[in-house]
Amino acid sequence: MTAPRLLITAWPHLAERDSTPRIMWTVNVSLIPVIVAAIYYFGPSAVLVIVAALAGCLATEWLFGSRETLFDGSAVITGLLLGLCLPAGLPMWMAFVGGAFAIGFGKLIFGGLGQNIFNPALLGRAFLQAAFPVALTTWPVIRENWWALRGDNLALPLMSPGEVDVLTSATPLGLMKFEQQSTELGKLMIGATGGSLGETAGILILLCGAYLAWRNYLNWRIPISIFLTVAALATLTHWLNPAFPGALFMLFSGGLMLGAVYMATDMVTSPVTNRGCWLYGVGIGVLVVVIRLWGGLAEGVMYAILLMNAMVPFINRATQPRVFGTRAAVKVTE
Amino acid sequence: MAKRMRFRHGVHPPELKQLTAAIPVRRLPFPDEIVLPLSQHTGKPAVPIVRIGDRVERGDKVAEADGFISSPIHTSAAGTVTAIELWPHPTGGYQDAIRIAVAPYDAQVPRKRIIPDWRGLDRKQLVDAVRQAGVVGLGGAAFPTHVKLVPPDDVSIDTIVINGCECEPYLTTDHRTMVEYPGRVHLGIRLMMKTIGADRVMVGIEKNKPDAIERLRATLPDDLEGHVTIHGLTVKYPQGAEKMLIKALLGREVPSGRLPMHVGVVVHNVASVATIAEVFETGLPLIERIVTVTGPGVRRPANLIVPVGTKVRDVFDACGGLTETAREIVFGGPMMGAAQASLDVPITKGTTGVIALTGAEVKSQHSYPCIRCGHCLDACPVFLNPQLLGQLAMHDRYDEMVENHLMDCMVCGCCGYTCPSNIPLTQLFALAKNQLKRQPPKPKAA
Repeated sequence: MTAPRLLITAWPHLAERDSTPRIMWTVNVSLIPVIVAAIYYFGPSAVLVIVAALAGCLATEWLFGSRETLFDGSAVITGLLLGLCLPAGLPMWMAFVGGAFAIGFGKLIFGGLGQNIFNPALLGRAFLQAAFPVALTTWPVIRENWWALRGDNLALPLMSPGEVDVLTSATPLGLMKFEQQSTELGKLMIGATGGSLGETAGILILLCGAYLAWRNYLNWRIPISIFLTVAALATLTHWLNPAFPGALFMLFSGGLMLGAVYMATDMVTSPVTNRGCWLYGVGIGVLVVVIRLWGGLAEGVMYAILLMNAMVPFINRATQPRVFGTRAAVKVTE
Repeated sequence: MAKRMRFRHGVHPPELKQLTAAIPVRRLPFPDEIVLPLSQHTGKPAVPIVRIGDRVERGDKVAEADGFISSPIHTSAAGTVTAIELWPHPTGGYQDAIRIAVAPYDAQVPRKRIIPDWRGLDRKQLVDAVRQAGVVGLGGAAFPTHVKLVPPDDVSIDTIVINGCECEPYLTTDHRTMVEYPGRVHLGIRLMMKTIGADRVMVGIEKNKPDAIERLRATLPDDLEGHVTIHGLTVKYPQGAEKMLIKALLGREVPSGRLPMHVGVVVHNVASVATIAEVFETGLPLIERIVTVTGPGVRRPANLIVPVGTKVRDVFDACGGLTETAREIVFGGPMMGAAQASLDVPITKGTTGVIALTGAEVKSQHSYPCIRCGHCLDACPVFLNPQLLGQLAMHDRYDEMVENHLMDCMVCGCCGYTCPSNIPLTQLFALAKNQLKRQPPKPKAA
């Protein structure tokens, strides 16, 4: 028998089929229905904004990251999610700058994939919100003419968006907060309301999230604990003061669905322990309700998640698993 | 309904046992040369008692145990001692071994010996017979069996657990033992009940071996009824780890840093149990064992009775040889087995299987950054935080690893198996443990 050239590798010699790029690309693919819904509701503007945000992310990753990380899919997730949480009428250059900030200051500056503390997409959005508060809170309404742009998407860089003949209106949360005006629940669930591109189609996001949870690509404990916390607090506050919205409205309005399913569950910036994930989800839920009901902003999902991101190292430390055989009550026969 | 017997966490690797699960064991022809490493067991290596040029018969003792936790070694074939020298060893590297040129035309009949009747022997004599026969655990770790047959005086054992899980993918050694030698398993159980002094025996078998469960139940002698129970367990790796099996069967958690006997349990591998019986059936010491030869890189996978000391090259030859695409040879199971650098490595007492992997199965060595997905925490059967330990290991912070319970790690491979970024977690932990063994952490200044 001729001896083959033998390879030596360490055990285990088997590996699960999942790989990090595979997880990332699956999340990307799972976002397709949400993107399609965004295009359905907001027309070509949705495509322009998402592509601009994506381009900002990929260009930054390509310039300052490495070749390999460009193709692992993580920068694409950031780009898509950032695009999906922007309003349809945003100028493309702003979306591009947001994407560049998200990858550059949200991820690469910490050392790249796996090292960042905050969700890059949300950090990018927080930056845009601070830099361009008006553009970020201009919400075009659903229009008859699908082909029309929903804002001055093509504004030149560093220029303010010009006047475009678009109808704008507040989001359901804004209406509720500042005008005590409620929105029909059915519309909220399917997404036929004003808001960011991807956050309106609540039911669709839930289905996509359920698929990811089934594949074990997101920790279901995070969205579930967020939903339960928000629902419980909303029910309580609604009961105490009927002027506050009820649980279903709270769940399906604003960025809660997109945030709870796609942003809060970012593996890098969420706790590694399951008990930690419960705590983290409850924390986000409480902050969302507090900001929405008593804060100066209509929507609080973004800041709630970013604040809890900062707590993750402490949550991890506090929820270390109990090592096998260290329970105090173990019977030892000496 | 009975309590569900399970342990928490663990992983579900593909079983891959269909290659050999239904193939009856057959005997491997005697090779031209056997090589007997002096260290084939946990504990001190044996001391040779033969000299170069000595003629030995099959079953003769060639090395004596050195102390209590050690085991004698016997030759598996008649022949002439040609050398006692360093030789490739399955654990990696070289170790002292006795080389014996097998006499080509010898009938390979062992010397006439008196087969002791176990009924007439007392506990001490039984244990001594097992010890003299060089029996060690056949499940992989090769811990000298006689040590586990005499519990210390201050410990009381109420349950003997027989490990027939064989949770490692590919392997079918224990499976075939249970299907083909159920009588030996039951005799071995009797002997153990006598030496250990426990009258409750639980046999744990994963449910992917229904024929083994069925066969052991069907052949259970009437007088063992009520003492011996055979349990089908839900398939999960590492069910065959002592602590996991005890947890699954009895719900007892072996305290960190302690042994099963501290919760009143002794665990023996089913193949070791059958070997104990064999000693009293044939009078022969442990000189051969069942080995699963399998994997996509071998032409005719088989379950073989292999003389201990046979070079793996000869084992593959008897199975049609390796395919052109074979690239990696693993001793043991794919989850914890060690890759071999040479085809001259001998089969030892602890070799459960030999797996030939092709280039397609060899795991990629490329890893991605940790994305803190937490899958390793969900996999770790002893509830460690491999994510944290891995980060510490990459920065050589071994002392902190100990504070984070590194010493509870069994290097079972679950974390490395499940990691989507393919980070060599298990390897890092094995390395850290090794480093700490050489250079224990300095006690902290008060």
